Amino acid sequence: MFQWFHRLASLKNFYRLAEIITPWLTVICAGLLAVGLYRGLVVAPTDYEQGESYRIIYVHVPSAWMSMFIYMVIAFCSAIYLIWKMKLADIVAQVSAPMGAAFTFLALSTGSLWGKPMWGTWWEWDARLTSELILLFLYIGYMALRNALDSPAAGAKAAAILALVGVVNIPIIHYSVEWWNTLHQPASITKFDTPSIHISMLIPLLLMALGFKLFYLVNMLSKTRSVILEREASTSWVRSRLQENKL
Amino acid sequence: MGAKPVAGEQTVKEFFAMGGYAFYVWMSFGLTFVVMAAITLSTVLQRKQAIRLVKRKAQINSNSDSVSGQ
Repeated sequence: MFQWFHRLASLKNFYRLAEIITPWLTVICAGLLAVGLYRGLVVAPTDYEQGESYRIIYVHVPSAWMSMFIYMVIAFCSAIYLIWKMKLADIVAQVSAPMGAAFTFLALSTGSLWGKPMWGTWWEWDARLTSELILLFLYIGYMALRNALDSPAAGAKAAAILALVGVVNIPIIHYSVEWWNTLHQPASITKFDTPSIHISMLIPLLLMALGFKLFYLVNMLSKTRSVILEREASTSWVRSRLQENKL
Repeated sequence: MGAKPVAGEQTVKEFFAMGGYAFYVWMSFGLTFVVMAAITLSTVLQRKQAIRLVKRKAQINSNSDSVSGQ
């Protein structure tokens, strides 16, 4: 197990592995998003309370899940980087942050576009919305801190600590709808015993959510490979790949 | 023009009308599309930039090698 971990941590091996799996992931991702969109926009029935406006769920909920998922990836990588000084973990955290911020922005703005027709307001300072906004500020703070310090290593370390401290916000976002009396509706999917959403509406949501996850994964792998290339530009393996014209 | 809309045409119109919520639904999907397209574009550009950097460094190295070889 440790040996496998160690080998993956080698930038060269990671580069090769990512190179092999990325095309497959890209194809699966495109397929999931295409089928998810079709089933979500065309096949899924109209909601009896919200009419067609509920279809915003198919971009809103996957975005919101991604905003928290990517934050957890960053926090996990930050812990590994702080404990074992693993460079790869730091690179993954670094390239993930802007995407996490982008999905948080999407969760907030599509939520706003859903809230206007359903609640009659674009924004409300309720617990779910406010904690999600704090998540956006955490991402922005993380990215700013990385670039604020003089040495990149010091910036990476400071940002990693910020990411770990900010983890407390994740359960707050998740449970905000239970702990506080909020405008936002409670979770409809994660209570698996009795999901309060019909199966024909649930399937496209799960397809979209998985598609979003793969979308992040594909972009994260490619961006990580780019950073690896830049950092390892003078090493022999990058040179020989360049000569073989196989970057 | 002036012709009666065929059944298919009507369905397409209804689809885009989204039961009166067209603005909110299409803005949400459009915004999501734009952001995801921007992420994809940045990934592609980042890769091109990295490859350019590797090539430039190799160039510099081979130049300095030939200089030191003289």
